[in-house]
Amino acid sequence: MNKNINLLLAGVGGQGTILASRIIAYAAQCSGLTVKLSEIHGMAQRGGSVVTHLRMGEDVYSPLIEPGTADIIIATEQLEAWRWLPYLKEGGTVIVNSQQIPPVPVILGLKEYPSGILERLIKNVPQTYSLNALESARAAGNEKAANVVLLGLLASRMDFDKECWEEALKAVLPAKILEPNLKAFQTGYHYNNE
Amino acid sequence: MKKTLMTGNEAIARGAYEYGVKVAAAYPGTPSTEILENAAKYDEIYAQWSPNEKVALEVGIGSSLAGARTLVTMKHVGVNVAADPLMTFAYTGVNGGLVLVSADDPGMHSSQNEQDNRRFAKFAKVPLLEPGDSQEAKDFVGLALEISEQFDIPVMLRTTTRISHSMSEVTLGERGNDGLQTCERNAQKYVMIPAYARVRHQLLEEKLVKLKEYSQETPLNGIEWGDREVGVISSGICYQYVKEALPEVSVLKLGMPYPFPESLVREFAAGVKKLYVVEELEPYLEEEIRALGLEVTGKEIFPLNGEINASMVMEKIGGKAMSQALKLTDYRPEEIPLRPPVMCPGCPHRGVFYVLKKLDLIVTGDIGCYTLGCLPPLEAMDTCVCMGASIGVALGMEKADPNLKGRVVAVIGDSTFFHSGLTGTLDIAYNLGSSTVIILDNRTTAMTGHQEHPGTGHTLKNEPSEPADLVDVVKALGIKRVVVADPLDLEEVEKVISVEVASPESSVIIFESPCALMVAEKGAAARVEQEECGYCADCVSLGCPAMVNDTRAEEVRVTGELCRGCGLCIQVCDFDAIQKAGESGE
Repeated sequence: MNKNINLLLAGVGGQGTILASRIIAYAAQCSGLTVKLSEIHGMAQRGGSVVTHLRMGEDVYSPLIEPGTADIIIATEQLEAWRWLPYLKEGGTVIVNSQQIPPVPVILGLKEYPSGILERLIKNVPQTYSLNALESARAAGNEKAANVVLLGLLASRMDFDKECWEEALKAVLPAKILEPNLKAFQTGYHYNNE
Repeated sequence: MKKTLMTGNEAIARGAYEYGVKVAAAYPGTPSTEILENAAKYDEIYAQWSPNEKVALEVGIGSSLAGARTLVTMKHVGVNVAADPLMTFAYTGVNGGLVLVSADDPGMHSSQNEQDNRRFAKFAKVPLLEPGDSQEAKDFVGLALEISEQFDIPVMLRTTTRISHSMSEVTLGERGNDGLQTCERNAQKYVMIPAYARVRHQLLEEKLVKLKEYSQETPLNGIEWGDREVGVISSGICYQYVKEALPEVSVLKLGMPYPFPESLVREFAAGVKKLYVVEELEPYLEEEIRALGLEVTGKEIFPLNGEINASMVMEKIGGKAMSQALKLTDYRPEEIPLRPPVMCPGCPHRGVFYVLKKLDLIVTGDIGCYTLGCLPPLEAMDTCVCMGASIGVALGMEKADPNLKGRVVAVIGDSTFFHSGLTGTLDIAYNLGSSTVIILDNRTTAMTGHQEHPGTGHTLKNEPSEPADLVDVVKALGIKRVVVADPLDLEEVEKVISVEVASPESSVIIFESPCALMVAEKGAAARVEQEECGYCADCVSLGCPAMVNDTRAEEVRVTGELCRGCGLCIQVCDFDAIQKAGESGE
């Protein structure tokens, strides 16, 4: 069971977290891995904290990742990367969109949005890749494609076939938004963290 | 064989297709909704949203008696609504096979309770199947239909959120067994007057004896021998957690937990030194095991509420931690603000709750996105029990305490009103109530992902249909005062509510405005002119995610890309400091 890849996707309801995790799942399946993916719908989606669990490998039973066992965390929002960080394993990787979306307690002025999250992430996790995916997505022609920019970056760090990623994007995304998403994926794929 | 990734829900729909289901009916409810959405994609299946689960099951009964293989789906609490037909349908039995899917929600990701419907199967005396992944979800639909037809009985297929909403690989097959059984007219079987029902009950008990023999023989229930020191009995998603945490132990997996496979359980218990049972929620299997006089450890170490996971199994049975926690520096969980769900920017419900709070009314609430009106900062809801309860509860309050007359309003959505609000409204009208019912009509079933309902003008199969007119419906129920108003006009909202609440007669207010997620066009975003702003933060109390209260800078800002331009913040601002972008003096 140690050969499995555990990938946690975290974000805010409405950011396309489920869609992104399905794209990875299809790419993994195309690459010959057994895949289990767990998502949550309904009440949790309405601007709430959303997390999906993706497990890929040979013998995958549980669809859930246990704390301290995620190889990779992908977060479409800073605070969500920080919130779910205890799920990462020693030596794991974090890919994070630098965007900040204030949650209700912050909007109301009851709590502060924690400062210096990106710096603290890097301090804890040397393998942290942070990028402004929203800006890249806008440049690609669709601001909703920020999640796919992050997938591009992920793809450049995993050894799935690139054709599998393209096939997965085509399988999951509606045809009319495919073009800007393919562009967004390329932006992420060629992203240089330095 | 082609393998494809599917959620449990997609796989159940696929199973319905492959195993010849002709009719499928449901009312949407998390985590069951996507089953019917996917079943509707197959031309060979007639699929429909019924107004509620009771009607859905009754449609299913009719379809079965007419000879078709039939699928009826609902969330766990939906089975409460459908319980009346279910309990007697077990007596009549089926003609075409019928599968009732109950999608339970341990952990209450999106539900008002976490009842365990395995108990419902036993209570109704119908066989119960529990799949453990998407492949089984598909296969078990076929087996359930076979059992249903072989034993002349409806079958419950129970999933949980982690089965319904997890994806795993499924091998696809072709559609088979597409025929209809002959529609037989048989009053003694299908008319449940006492004389006939007594006979049917006796027959049902006889069927259950045969079904118990079946469950002891079927490969749905099977032993996986491993280390004999520890044996674990489990089913559904918990089986996966056991295999993940303790791959070496012996396991008895129950794909068909009811009727309980007694002899198989005895054989397993005799073959292991220490016996455990791992199950979420109720000690359902545990009680069955104990009734056999066997010793077993279950709920003394596992919780009666919430979900189980592999870590918990490892810790409680394996006696060690599953993983090492990551050592983190400068990490303080208490500084991480929670991110609860919230009404979307532009949501037409927001203004109504803002006014209800301002008027300090007692609000009996209901089930839908608008239940979020109970959370800060709106905090304008006092009760929420089940679908449609807002209306009866409002009437009960005013009947109990005359001082509450004119202070209680019921708030209910359009889809929920069609589901269970009609009879409550009839009760208010007939029993001389004075309560005001507010119907938040956003022309969709929003919470579960925008399903059609009788008021939308379209069916699940996307055929145009005559939309039920809420005004006509409410008037026909005997309500004389019916007002239609715009929920995005706060002055109008306040006026209408104040007048109707003060009226000694019962009344219904229908606030009409489509769900913000269904309106493609965004209005011009609002912007705060900082020079004009008095920083009273009234606009913040709308609880709009597009509005940020920066307490350090002492200013309120609008996040332009989130704002839908609904204009509520502009209306509540006493300083005229908020304007639509493009309308300022700059």
